[in-house]
Amino acid sequence: MGLEHPVRIDPYPAIAGDAPKARPPSSRKFSWAWIGVVPFFLFAILFLLLPAASIVVRSFEKLGGGVTLDNLRAVVTQRDFVNAYRVSLTISLITSLGGAVFGFLLAYAVCLGGLPRGLRSFLVTFSGVASNFAGVPLAFAFIATMGNAGLVTRIIEGLFNIDIHAHGFTIYNMYGLSIVYMYFQFPLMVLIMAPALDGLRREWREACENLGGTGFHYWRHVAFPILLPTLLGTMILLFGNAFGAYATAYAFSGSFINLVTIVIGAQIQGDVLYNPGLGNALALGMIIIMALCMVGYVAMQRRAARWVR
Amino acid sequence: MKETRRASVWAWLWFILGMLYFFIPLVATFEFSLRMLKGRYTFEAYRVAFTDPRFLQSFGYSLLWATLTIIFSMLLVVPTAYWVHLRLPKVRPWVEFVTLMPFVVPAVVLIFGLIRLYGHPPLVLTSTPILLIVGYTVLSLPYMFRSVDSGLRAIDVRTLTEAAQSLGAGWPTILGQVIFPNLRVGILSGVFLTFAIVMGEFTFAALLSWPAFGPYIEEIGSMRAYTPQAVSVLSFAVTWLSIGLIQWVGRGSGAQTQVAGTR
Repeated sequence: MGLEHPVRIDPYPAIAGDAPKARPPSSRKFSWAWIGVVPFFLFAILFLLLPAASIVVRSFEKLGGGVTLDNLRAVVTQRDFVNAYRVSLTISLITSLGGAVFGFLLAYAVCLGGLPRGLRSFLVTFSGVASNFAGVPLAFAFIATMGNAGLVTRIIEGLFNIDIHAHGFTIYNMYGLSIVYMYFQFPLMVLIMAPALDGLRREWREACENLGGTGFHYWRHVAFPILLPTLLGTMILLFGNAFGAYATAYAFSGSFINLVTIVIGAQIQGDVLYNPGLGNALALGMIIIMALCMVGYVAMQRRAARWVR
Repeated sequence: MKETRRASVWAWLWFILGMLYFFIPLVATFEFSLRMLKGRYTFEAYRVAFTDPRFLQSFGYSLLWATLTIIFSMLLVVPTAYWVHLRLPKVRPWVEFVTLMPFVVPAVVLIFGLIRLYGHPPLVLTSTPILLIVGYTVLSLPYMFRSVDSGLRAIDVRTLTEAAQSLGAGWPTILGQVIFPNLRVGILSGVFLTFAIVMGEFTFAALLSWPAFGPYIEEIGSMRAYTPQAVSVLSFAVTWLSIGLIQWVGRGSGAQTQVAGTR
């Protein structure tokens, strides 16, 4: 065998079979150390990379076989899909903005607002729980709160004699769902903002005051610019957090609210789109948007880290 | 001084609003769960919930999934994190990248990919709970890795390992009797968080059609009133207990900021 291509075959075993030789002897051990992380990366490849890759590849698959761009085109043109993305993105935007503003004000209140110290640790503990508190039970909690027979609904009816569910008004829409999502969104903001606010040094404020700056100047020119990357980064995180949500929305409204995740879920349970390629293309869109969020988040975190020493 | 006092009114306002947002849904759920019998508050809904054999059954299944996930996730993360700290600091960003993947790939999308990939030959895994455990493990990666990683940072891994080695310990002894006990706090907080997430998880179990507590709550929610809220209250209790245990175990260690992935 070796005689047919003597020049080509010979050098290969030397490189492939005995790689450490290519490096100085001291790094021989280092090279073997890689084996220790093989299980982890094997897991990642099998159950994260391959599924993601298969979604990408199959997005371009034609129904009968072959390659096509039709699926992706359908996702950006067909009304149902565009609508699903619009609703998902709107909810994510509303709850990330709302969560960021409310969470920031809360974090500010307990960190710098002069509230008793104990309230801060109380709020942080609570936020730790609430930010992990999502899914079916959360949906039911809000049905019990503002549903047809919910506590708040009855209190409003009792106090003002107004039935908020009259006149065709419903909480089982985009805005109602946004209120539910806020429950896990703003605590996340509190958790990230509180340490950032603690990181604002007294010296910065004093320096600003010594230069004749007012409180407004301090916030406008010192504190806000320093906090901005953290704020934006967290907002991106909240955005992605809401965008990928499924269980809460499903339990809250069934499939009334046409989120992208709900459509994909329906596609999994039964091929409702009658075209597997379309489901893949929908999922691919989600991956792309989430990946963009992640890139933005990492970039913001890098900037934020500049001031944290 | 004057300014702090003035700001304090606003601070109280926001704080109280926040507390209302936190507590009203909890109170409402509890109140709702007591209203099964007309005109008075009873624990009837809880009695009904508990007497449903499927309640305990699905709860038991979730316990099983949670246990399997915790074991698998620990076996995957602890040795890897340790090894990365000891020998391969250069690989760290890659490991971190993988542990952040649950934030990039939403649960629904991940299941979609997994079912399409492992639902057909050559490798059919959809008939076994493997995909479920795998999915939960992926969800647990950020918490597990972060908890273990911060635990590893707090101890001198290299010195401990070398000390154990010079006393003649093999790898199982080093990991099991030296490193593991030192990471107890970190690992435990990862374990409780994973437990809290898996116990209430809906998406994976429902879409992979395995019995679990999350889908059970959703199912009775579409059939009955009041009992779903009673079961939800119990589910809150599980979450609270887990997170409370994390706070208690990790008190003083400054561990915090967990970012969740299951929605």
